[in-house]
Amino acid sequence: MTQGTGIMMQQRAGRRTTWLLLLPVLVFLAVFFLVPLGQVLYFSVMDPTFTLHHYLAFFTDDFYWRVLFGTFRTTAIVTAFSLLLSYPLSYAIVRLGGGFATAMLLIVAMSFWTSFLVRTFAWMVILGNNGPLRAILATMGWTPPPELLFTRFSSTLAMVHLLVPFMVLALYSVMKKIDYTLVRAAISLGATPFEAFRRVFLPLSAPGIVNGCTLVFIMCLGFYVTPVLLGSPREQMIAGLIGTQIEEFLEFGEASATAVILLCVTMTVFAIYNRFVGLDKLWG
Amino acid sequence: MNAFAGRMEGRQGVTGSYLEIRDLVKSYDGYQQAVRGISLAIAKGEFVSFLGPSGSGKTTTLMMVAGFEQPTAGRIVLGGREIAPVPPHKRNIGMVFQNYALFPHMTAAENVGFPLRMRKRPAAEITRRSREALAMVGLADFAGRQPRELSGGQQQRVALARALVFEPDVLLLDEPLGALDKNLREHMQVEIKRIHRELGITTIYVTHDQTEAMTMSDRIAVFSQGVVEQFAAPLDVYLRPATRFVGGFVGDSNFFEASGRTGMLEVAGLGTLSLPQAPVSASGRYDVLVRPEAIGLWRGSGDRAGHCVVPFTVTALVNYGDSVLLIGSSGDLSLRARIPFMLATDIREGTALSLSWRHADMHCIPA
Ligand SMILES: Nc1ncnc2c1ncn2[C@@H]1O[C@H](COP(=O)(O)OP(=O)(O)O)[C@@H](O)[C@H]1O
Ligand SMILES: [Mg+2]
Repeated sequence: MTQGTGIMMQQRAGRRTTWLLLLPVLVFLAVFFLVPLGQVLYFSVMDPTFTLHHYLAFFTDDFYWRVLFGTFRTTAIVTAFSLLLSYPLSYAIVRLGGGFATAMLLIVAMSFWTSFLVRTFAWMVILGNNGPLRAILATMGWTPPPELLFTRFSSTLAMVHLLVPFMVLALYSVMKKIDYTLVRAAISLGATPFEAFRRVFLPLSAPGIVNGCTLVFIMCLGFYVTPVLLGSPREQMIAGLIGTQIEEFLEFGEASATAVILLCVTMTVFAIYNRFVGLDKLWG
Repeated sequence: MNAFAGRMEGRQGVTGSYLEIRDLVKSYDGYQQAVRGISLAIAKGEFVSFLGPSGSGKTTTLMMVAGFEQPTAGRIVLGGREIAPVPPHKRNIGMVFQNYALFPHMTAAENVGFPLRMRKRPAAEITRRSREALAMVGLADFAGRQPRELSGGQQQRVALARALVFEPDVLLLDEPLGALDKNLREHMQVEIKRIHRELGITTIYVTHDQTEAMTMSDRIAVFSQGVVEQFAAPLDVYLRPATRFVGGFVGDSNFFEASGRTGMLEVAGLGTLSLPQAPVSASGRYDVLVRPEAIGLWRGSGDRAGHCVVPFTVTALVNYGDSVLLIGSSGDLSLRARIPFMLATDIREGTALSLSWRHADMHCIPA
């Protein structure tokens, strides 16, 4: 045997070990992800023989278009507000550092440890008819105080709250790598502090903005619990609609088609991100 | 001389002090002082180095001049105007940072054009002047490159062009060559001196490298623990250090403790010597400095007029190629002598010989 084939066999053996290590997770994904996904695809085109009428129904019915458009609008608003709230916070964490940064990052991390469901219930209490927020509005002279629960406002508010930590971490991980000497250099060259921020810090933090927005956008697109529990039943988001189709109308075919469409939309966002940034950069 | 240098030329001419630092104090925590009362008067067009060990307050002083740190006390006057209330972006001071601080999202030309854009110059003028400034540092062909496509030395040149293109009143450089290898360092030192000569811009150059300070500066301010121990021309700092610290920090040294008055000093290990060059010492005590290169081999016998002669045993040799450093002892004294290589070919560890030096080369520092 020559040395060359020996090395090749070693390499092949090494590759085999890698695949063996990956085997459990691959089996898990196949059984619990690919099989159900295949089933959904199957349901979406069989009724009981092959048909595309679930998809046709979706694309020809105004109602579905409105849900899809509404979902996009809500997602865009949630993403925008998450960014507006998270950017100054992340900036402060990076700039001030010390105890403030530790405290803030701890709070952000803590919200990762509390489930979406628990925090959504907390909002139900806060926004509820007998909740503190309405009481405060009433004492401030807004009588009778507005109905808050089961509106687009309340579900948007709660989703912003739930997704801000993701945005903060995406921004923070990029901002903390920005060399602040660059901002000082800009100022020494005659830029006002604001110009230095706008022309140096902001562009350098752009990757964090893109990452955070992509992450929040995708998570928000498929949000189920929060819009269902807090939002207006008349202005469902797409994941909520799938739930209704199954629970109330037992329309597995339509529900599956809707799910496939949501999946395609999400994949499209990923594809755009991958095209311009690269998926491997999404988690920092 | 290119067009850029031509425009700056009118600013030359050394008259009195241009940048004056008076009793400057800085405390970061309100408790310990990083800068403890520094006063310097720098002439227009002068090239001044801040030399001192790490942590001695050089950067802090520079940052106060640039406006990024507020003095706890003291004044900074530039061209007759107090600049403490002026925010850094209005000071018109060019700064080169140690890590270059080039904007990574801009090309070399955009980096150099940045200060002009901030000053709202017309686009055509920005293009022309950035090109001239890049040409001045020898990077005319690299205008379109991103900083990461440039070598360390080239990045440093872009940083220099960027700090000069807006014709600042003062140029500050904080250990600008610290990250470069030795050859490139020496090359850049020559470049910086050339540019300084062409532009005649008042320059403060921070370094912890004594050779760099010696070769480049008109005057050196030697920093130690937040104070300036001496502010003088390089040769003065070397030959006539004001304090023991300066003598020890700049160049290699032998120190002897001495005491006495009116030129007759009792020098430890050497006896009583007539040293009329000794200034008055309030305490009557002195540190006497002899540079290793002032010490030579003495093959004669007996005393030598106007010289110290001591027996010496070599314990180690350091060969520098052109010269050899002999390290050893004479009785209780440790001595270092630097002699030409050609005279040291027969010297080994353990060789016993005689050394001698002139009394006139003994610099007496009041302790
Ligand atoms: N931002 C700061 N906050 C607190 N202390 C500082 C800061 N910058 C420098 N110092 C302290 O001030 C002293 C002088 O530092 P510096 O001016 O950077 O010295 P050098 O530039 O000569 O190395 C050091 O003891 C340093 O620890
Ligand atoms: Mg420093």
